[in-house]
Amino acid sequence: MSDLVTLTIDRVPVTVPKGTTIIEAAKQAGILVPHYCYHPSLSAPALCRMCLVEVEKAPKLMPACVTAVADGQVVHVHGDTALKAREGVLELLLINHPLDCPICDQAGECELQNFVFQEGRAGTRYAEYPKRFNPVEEFGPDVLYVPNRCILCTRCVRFMDELAQDEVLNVSERGDRAYIGIAPDQLLDHPWSGNVVDLCPVGSLISKDFLHKARAWDLDKTASVCPGCSQGCNITIDTRDEVVVRLRPRPNLEVNRHFMCDHGRMDYRWMNRGDRVEAPLQRRDDRMQAIDWESALDAFVDLVAAARSAVVLASGRASTESLGWTRGLAIATGRVTAAVRVPRGGEAPLPGIPNLALRAERAPNGAGARLAGYDAEWDSALAAAGSADLTLLLDVELSDQEADAVRRCKTVVRLATLEEDRFQAELVLPVTTMAEENGTYLNRDHRIQRFLQARPGPGMARPAWWVAAETWSRLAEGRDAPGSAAEAFAALGQEIEELAGLRYEELGLTGRALAPASADAG
Amino acid sequence: MSSPAAPAAAGHSEQGHQPVFAGETLRRLEALFPSYPTKQACLLPALWMVQEARGWISPAAMAEVAEVLGLTPAYVKGVVTFYTMYHQHPVGRHFIQVCTTSPCHLRGAAEVTRALLQHTGCEELGRTSQDGRFTVAEVECLGACGFVTPVLIDDDFIESVTPDAVPGLLARYD
Amino acid sequence: MGYPHPPHPRETVVLSKYFGDQAARTFEGWTGRGGYAALRRALGMTPGEVVEIVKASGLRGRGGAGFPTGLKWSFMPKNSGKPHYLVCNADESEPGTFKDREILRWTPHQLIEGCAIAAYSIGAERCYIYIRGEFTEPWRVMETAVAEAYAANALGENVFGSGRRIEMVLHRGAGAYICGEETAMMNSIEGRRGNPRIKPPFPAQAGLFGMPTTINNVETLAAVPHILNQGADWYKGLCLGNPKSTGTKLFSVCGQVAKPGNYEVTLGFPMRDLIHDLAGGMRPGRTLRAVIPGGSSVPIMNREEAESALCDYEGIVEKGSMLGSAGFIVIDDSADLVYEIYRLAKFYAHESCAQCTQCREGTAWTTRILERILRGQGKPADLDLLLDLADHMTGKTICVLSDSCAAPVVSGIRKFREDFDRYLSGAVSPALVGA
Repeated sequence: MSDLVTLTIDRVPVTVPKGTTIIEAAKQAGILVPHYCYHPSLSAPALCRMCLVEVEKAPKLMPACVTAVADGQVVHVHGDTALKAREGVLELLLINHPLDCPICDQAGECELQNFVFQEGRAGTRYAEYPKRFNPVEEFGPDVLYVPNRCILCTRCVRFMDELAQDEVLNVSERGDRAYIGIAPDQLLDHPWSGNVVDLCPVGSLISKDFLHKARAWDLDKTASVCPGCSQGCNITIDTRDEVVVRLRPRPNLEVNRHFMCDHGRMDYRWMNRGDRVEAPLQRRDDRMQAIDWESALDAFVDLVAAARSAVVLASGRASTESLGWTRGLAIATGRVTAAVRVPRGGEAPLPGIPNLALRAERAPNGAGARLAGYDAEWDSALAAAGSADLTLLLDVELSDQEADAVRRCKTVVRLATLEEDRFQAELVLPVTTMAEENGTYLNRDHRIQRFLQARPGPGMARPAWWVAAETWSRLAEGRDAPGSAAEAFAALGQEIEELAGLRYEELGLTGRALAPASADAG
Repeated sequence: MSSPAAPAAAGHSEQGHQPVFAGETLRRLEALFPSYPTKQACLLPALWMVQEARGWISPAAMAEVAEVLGLTPAYVKGVVTFYTMYHQHPVGRHFIQVCTTSPCHLRGAAEVTRALLQHTGCEELGRTSQDGRFTVAEVECLGACGFVTPVLIDDDFIESVTPDAVPGLLARYD
Repeated sequence: MGYPHPPHPRETVVLSKYFGDQAARTFEGWTGRGGYAALRRALGMTPGEVVEIVKASGLRGRGGAGFPTGLKWSFMPKNSGKPHYLVCNADESEPGTFKDREILRWTPHQLIEGCAIAAYSIGAERCYIYIRGEFTEPWRVMETAVAEAYAANALGENVFGSGRRIEMVLHRGAGAYICGEETAMMNSIEGRRGNPRIKPPFPAQAGLFGMPTTINNVETLAAVPHILNQGADWYKGLCLGNPKSTGTKLFSVCGQVAKPGNYEVTLGFPMRDLIHDLAGGMRPGRTLRAVIPGGSSVPIMNREEAESALCDYEGIVEKGSMLGSAGFIVIDDSADLVYEIYRLAKFYAHESCAQCTQCREGTAWTTRILERILRGQGKPADLDLLLDLADHMTGKTICVLSDSCAAPVVSGIRKFREDFDRYLSGAVSPALVGA
């Protein structure tokens, strides 16, 4: 085809569309061209000079981030000239950079450390001490700026200008006196401003929330999906010793590119709550008694078998598997009213990226719930609970008024994460949160995405889909409960047309768009 | 973080910033608009007008310029701090710039600088004299290397200044 | 002529004929001296014809790069449908150079006429003249002259009844040497920080406000009316050396000579004569040691090189340096060469825009090492370090400011090693005042 170009990068042949930059073409060859100021979601100013590569027949080293490929081009990323040039850039970046690694949060995930270790000099030749010193500045409610560490890549300024479209940062002064300035009397508090901390290649822009909390190499990192709203930003959950200490965005070019909003970013503390139900509880003699799972499941089977109608009130944070299987179990009673709770809040777009915003629907799986048949209005479902035989609460926190309505139901079973003492349910079955299980969410654009288990659930907690499926399998002969979330998901395809034939393997870690459904506004 | 020039003794209150772009000054700025396809291009001229009117460019003035030209205060600040001639702090009534780059240094600019510091009472480069009359700044090549030592006092470009000529020169400025 | 000195018989006075002549500043005075005939003549030709004449003359950019002017004009697109711009670079900030200031303040109409002809031939209806902020007197003179030109219809929507529109806007800089770089200048006019742009795109494709733009130096544009009046052959014939270097040039001779000033000579003129004859030679009891010919951004020439070089683009390259803007900084045996190199490095460090790592950090580091050497605390390894830094600062950045810092440092160490050795042995510079 005429608009493809073939070139050689470090002896690896690569074929890419015309107009591709060398730095992007190199990725296809599995070659990372070291860089700082370049970022695939931002403009490319080519000013850090790290990505200079040797292009045969070109008179000078060329910046790979802005040089387009050409047919027959021969590029050397790791040839002697390019290596020497990078070594020079790294040494120069370090002359005004303090030796802060022992106290710097970025250590272990610092791109300056990484490239210096990989290609820099073992020692500096700089002898003009003392180094410049400037105090730390508070840019916003969470972001701190440490001017001494700044390498002036300007990613933060460009992010705020181009993507947040809130021009509150600048480059001030000139020469080696330059620093990142903030508008006088303004704060870095844009709903997406936390991304500058991720974008900063070094520890110059850091998060107060994460300050001195954990060392990068102590963290376990798990791919997940943000539970903050229906946008479905892909994230990484960072845990240390099983405690969630940080959420970061994970790249997904179809959903959130490289970003997540501050609301989602900061909303992880609930994942560490200790006031959890840790064992199945059954009401006996007006007390809640802890029992084993076998007994709990048997008791649940009896309650379901005895009911002729059921109401399911579910959290919009429950996984598609849990929602599907819980409602599937409830249908065994004969008549089901199922509603999902989706809190609402203001919308906050990231204007520079199409279709990316903190959404008004502040739950990650409202669409998944609706797909699984949770189509009742919340208030009517609450009212229906009063006259239903069985009410199942799937990880919902009720208001006092809502608790009153539910209390009127003959039999209440809670599939619960948190303790609750306003009414005594017949059964309380401890379930895991999305951080403690594998599952999927369907975002507002009908993209089904997997999230992985980031920490163990407390005590005897199990995924809600497991509780429902085990109970369901005991209701009749010849039924096998799914043994994994993958099986639970695959089985959903038998009831839910849009998921028919889909398996986890096909979703990967960036998900998959389902065939367009009717508009699912949220 | 502030620029190297030390602020003058007499402080200005940032409260109650009186707009610069009103009346005649606004008219002068608006008269420039047709000469450029964007208002942003009028930023350097606008900043000169602010400095002419107030002697320096305060954060409040930057915010005003931003508003008048449809820019952000952060953007305007980024531009102001790039260009050496814009004062980010109040300076003496008369701002003196003396070139000390090599061509001038070769022909005695250091002595002229010392004479200026001495006779203005500034004592140090970048500092304003006690009476608020002068600030002396060392600047880079003024483009008059054949006429050493060139000195800019406010808008007066004076050539061939010698140390002896300094007192007489300064006497012209109150 | 070497204003304020009287013209030297060996000068070829074209651009500088009226330096010092107050009467030549006015529109009337200029037309009385033959001015604006060239513009009228140009308006009677097609733009393409004008470009061909300038091409044939061999005129090269006088701001420092020496790029053939007619060729640069021909890069402008022919049918883009977009507005074209001419930018006149009057940001003259290269240390040692002071020629454009003279053209601006003595012969403003010479420049206005040149700009108007250039604008016409590149299809530009508007010309911005970017004058550095410190040039207060040239600014006032140009303001008056532009107003006169408008009044006389030499500028405006119908220049001399030709039906052509040529507007001229004066734009004041605010203290940044880097704005003399053509892409930084465009950013500055647009109301931005004066950061140079990456190329491609080139100005002729997407320049000022994203439109096709040509940027020319003051001296280049001032030569254009003369070429139109006297012909390309005449200009081409003004050549004493290499045929690729034609015409006259203003040489800003300064530093340690008896008669600093602007001397206008035909390209190819012997450098020895320029310094020792026209500029009056050394001061009593002094000998020539070094010359930095291009403004400061070029390798330093030693005495032997300087006294055997021809003053044109190729001649100076042959001797290991560059003509650049022809700001000749003459240095005699009384100078502290290491200090002067340090002071130049300090200049570049102050003027760096801060984009590129090698420039932002390298110019500052170079300055600090040289300062330490001047304090008697240098080591021989520091010279190797300076040379290595200079290598990193050359050919690796968006613009050539860092290369410009490297050039005098490298040539200074290589050709004047004994000066550095003095400091490495522990001497301390008395010149470190207010450093």
